Parts: sequence; C-alpha cells; structure tokens
Amino acid sequence: MTVITAPEKKSAQPPGRRGGRSAARSLVLGLVALVFGLVVWALASRGVEHLPGPAGVATEAGRMISDGMLFDDALASLRRVFTGFALGVVLAVPVGFLMGWYPVARGLIEPYIQFFRTIPPLALIPLAIVLMGIGETPKIFVIFLAAFMSCVVAAFQGVVDVDRTLINAARVLGASDRTIFLKVVIPASTPFILVGMRIGLGSCWATVVAAELIGAQEGLGYRMQNASTYYLMSQIFVALIAIGVLGLVMDRLLLRAERRLTNWQERR
Amino acid sequence: MTPKISFRDVVKTYELKDTTFTALDHVSLDVADREFLTVVGPSGCGKSTLLSMAAGLLEPSAGQVLVDDAPVTGPGPDRGVIFQQYALFPWLTVRHNVEFGLRIASTPAPERRERAERAIELVGLGDFADALPKTLSGGMKQRCAIARAYAVNPQVMLMDEPFGALDALTRVQLQDQLLTTWSQEQRTVMFITHDVDEAVCLASRRVVVMAARPGRVHAVIDVDLPYPRTEDVRLSPEFTRIRNEVWHAVYHQNLTTTAA
Repeated sequence: MTVITAPEKKSAQPPGRRGGRSAARSLVLGLVALVFGLVVWALASRGVEHLPGPAGVATEAGRMISDGMLFDDALASLRRVFTGFALGVVLAVPVGFLMGWYPVARGLIEPYIQFFRTIPPLALIPLAIVLMGIGETPKIFVIFLAAFMSCVVAAFQGVVDVDRTLINAARVLGASDRTIFLKVVIPASTPFILVGMRIGLGSCWATVVAAELIGAQEGLGYRMQNASTYYLMSQIFVALIAIGVLGLVMDRLLLRAERRLTNWQERR
Repeated sequence: MTPKISFRDVVKTYELKDTTFTALDHVSLDVADREFLTVVGPSGCGKSTLLSMAAGLLEPSAGQVLVDDAPVTGPGPDRGVIFQQYALFPWLTVRHNVEFGLRIASTPAPERRERAERAIELVGLGDFADALPKTLSGGMKQRCAIARAYAVNPQVMLMDEPFGALDALTRVQLQDQLLTTWSQEQRTVMFITHDVDEAVCLASRRVVVMAARPGRVHAVIDVDLPYPRTEDVRLSPEFTRIRNEVWHAVYHQNLTTTAA
C-alpha cells in the first residue's frame, strides 16, 4: 500500500525572516524568469516552422476571450472536474474511514483498491464510452475514479496513522467509540485527506483534458483536439496555457485551504 | 479500610512467535484511599503495564484489578490518566482540550466553562487558555493534560512517567505543583517513574520498587517525610537515606535477590 507520509511543511520560519524583502525578491526573480522564457519562446518561434510566437498567441487569446470561446471551454472542463472530484471525495472519505476503522472492511475493499489503483483512470475511457455512451457520464466517471483513488488511500492511511495515545486519552475521559471517531479520528486524519484531495485534484485535471480529447463538444481538451485538426497552432497554445494556469490556481486554493484547516499541526 | 486500587495476583503475558513473554508475574499491590503511591523500577519491569490495567486500557491475563472493590472493565472518567507523551488533541486549544471530558459527560455549558476555567487556573495556564498545544512548551503541555484530567474530577489519578520528558528544573516545578494540589484535594494518585528522587519526593507513605524480567514487586519502602516537601526536606539526611535505600533496591536487584 502506498504510504502517504504525514504532511509536513517547512513554513516554520519565523515571520520576520520571510518578510517583505524576500517576497519582493522572489516576485522580481519570477518576473525575470517569465520575461526570459518569453524571449526564448519568441526567438524559437522564428527558427521553428509552424511554432507560433508569444504575440500571435496573445492575439489569439484576446480573440478567444472576447468571443467567449475560452470562457465556455474552461467552464465546461471545470464543471466536469468539480462534479467528478466532488463525487470522488464524497465517496472516498467514508470508504477510507471504513477501511481504516474496521479490519473486515479493509480486507474486503483493499484488494479492489490496490488493483484499480494500478490502472490509470484514462485507460478506462474506451470501456466507459462503450458502456455509458459518449455524453458527460463516461468523462465524469473517469474523473470521479481519479479523485476517488487518491482520496480513499489518504483517508484510510489517515485513520490507520491516528496516534494511539490520543485515542487512549479520549477513552480514559469516557469517550465512546462514536465520540472517538467523530472527535479524534476525523480531525486527526484531515491533514492526510487534504493532501489526498490535492493529489486527486491534480490527477482529475490531467484526466479531464485527456478525456476531452476523445469525443467532446466543448472543453479545453476538445479545443486543442479541434485546433490541431484545423492546424490552428495559436489556439492549441492558448488552451495549453489556460490548462496550466487553471491547474495552478486550483492547487494554490486547495493548498491555502489545507494550511488554514491544519494550522494546528506542529510543523518541523 | 478497603484499598482504592487493588492488584490481586495480576499476571500479564504476551504470546510471541514461539515463546510466551511474561510482563507481570503475580503482582499484588494495594493503593490506599488518598494515598500518593509511587512506583519505580528499571525499564521493562511492567510498571506502565500495571498502570494501564488500572486505567482499563489493558486487561490482565490472570488475576484481578479492582477499583473501589469492583473489577475494572474498561476506562472511565473516575480514573484520570496522564501520559508521558502529553496526548493533547493538537487541533483543540488549551480550553477545548480541558473541556473535552466535560463535553463527553454532557456537562451544561456554564458549569463546563467554569470547571475548565478553574482547572486551567489551578495549573497556571490562565494566560494560555486560547493557545494551541503547538505553541506550548513541554511543561505547559503536561500541565494542560493535568488540567484536562482534573476537570472531570476523577477520584484517582494514574500518572505514567508524566514528567519523564521534561528538563530537571521544569520537573521539580511540576512536582511541587502536583504535591500542592494533592495535599489540598487528597485524591488517590498512582505515579509511575524511573526517577528515584521523584519517587521518594512524591510518595506519601510508600515507594514500590519493581523488578524486571519478569515484572514483579521487588520491595516496598516506607517513606516518612514531613509535609510540605520543601527544598529542605529534599536535602535532609532522612531523604537521602530513603533515596539510597530505593536506589539500592532499583539498581542492585540481582544482589538482593540472590541474598534473599
């Protein structure tokens, strides 16, 4: 079983040291890196045939934003991701808890989890399309699976790793099994679950784009597939950048939520 | 007078691959009501196992553990337990940690707050009631754990090397504080330690010295020291004499066993 180690973050520096100066410096360095990258890209686009330059891609992006196409595509992709992701997390957390808490449940469920974990969710797309048609269902299903697999293992690991002393401390204060589960096991495993959710969201985002390459009418993945058919290189780049930016934003938002929810953790 | 806690012929064995490991071998021991009993012994003598049985976290393989003449069937709020690793809930503030047991007992909110407040004041954490455990020092964490146990007002305190992880100075401070509280409230305390000075200084009447492999009671040494246990008492010849006697019993067990 994959072991998810307890999330440790190295943000333990005293606030003074990571103050305004170093933040400003990393911003400047980031901007320098960005400008450098754009220059390299611009030079490369002159040398390489069919490769659009930054200016062309920016123009195309402006066009795609103003006619709403980019917005519609992003919305379609995000809707699929969030639906599948939410379903996956909602099912994975109780199943993971069940596995961690009851050895019988673990024995029954774990073989399936271990087996399906080795199959990339994308590999199920052909099967899902045959069984569920070419609508939204097969896409959401594979995204659901991607989220479920990451989270179920994390939730399970979280329960297994709960400090026995904390459970004993609750028991000697008179806590019932139910109270221990609600007041000790669930809070103690949230850091694990949140890490699982972050990994799951990344995997969902990768899956949605690939799922859209196969039979979709809208979405960022579909846009790239379509653009490649008509040789619209700039459009491919706009979609790629949008995928990267959205993925980054989602990851950062979840990271922020994670920090806030697990602020109580001792950071080493 | 019936003892508060009574271990009767307690045996604890663990089945290993091809042998049976005996952690406790026919241990009989009584803790009197309102006694502060300390148990000291080398590691592996089963002293923590004994305490866990009184707490109801472990069952004896044979024999009986009685609290107030009734066999222990599981943990309960009548017996407060202090662990060496503090065992505070890291996601709860000091106040909410202390209120944990009171919430379980469905104590009404005003009373709950008041009792928690009192327990927090008692251990001197008043200024840190809303702090998370991660911001506290080791000594403060253990004081919070003690307040959490006091809040539910247990009749018995079971303390498993509670000050073992603390520096010498903090340890003495907490010992003094514990003695002060004990002399005011006179709860029954069973206190496990590997520190001979601590065992002698805290014991109200007796220090139990245990022996290892298999774990058993090696000697029970009387302590007749005046209260309060001030620095003068700690430096008195009588303290030194008892301390040496306990020390000898702990560290020269083989000699004494062969002699006996």
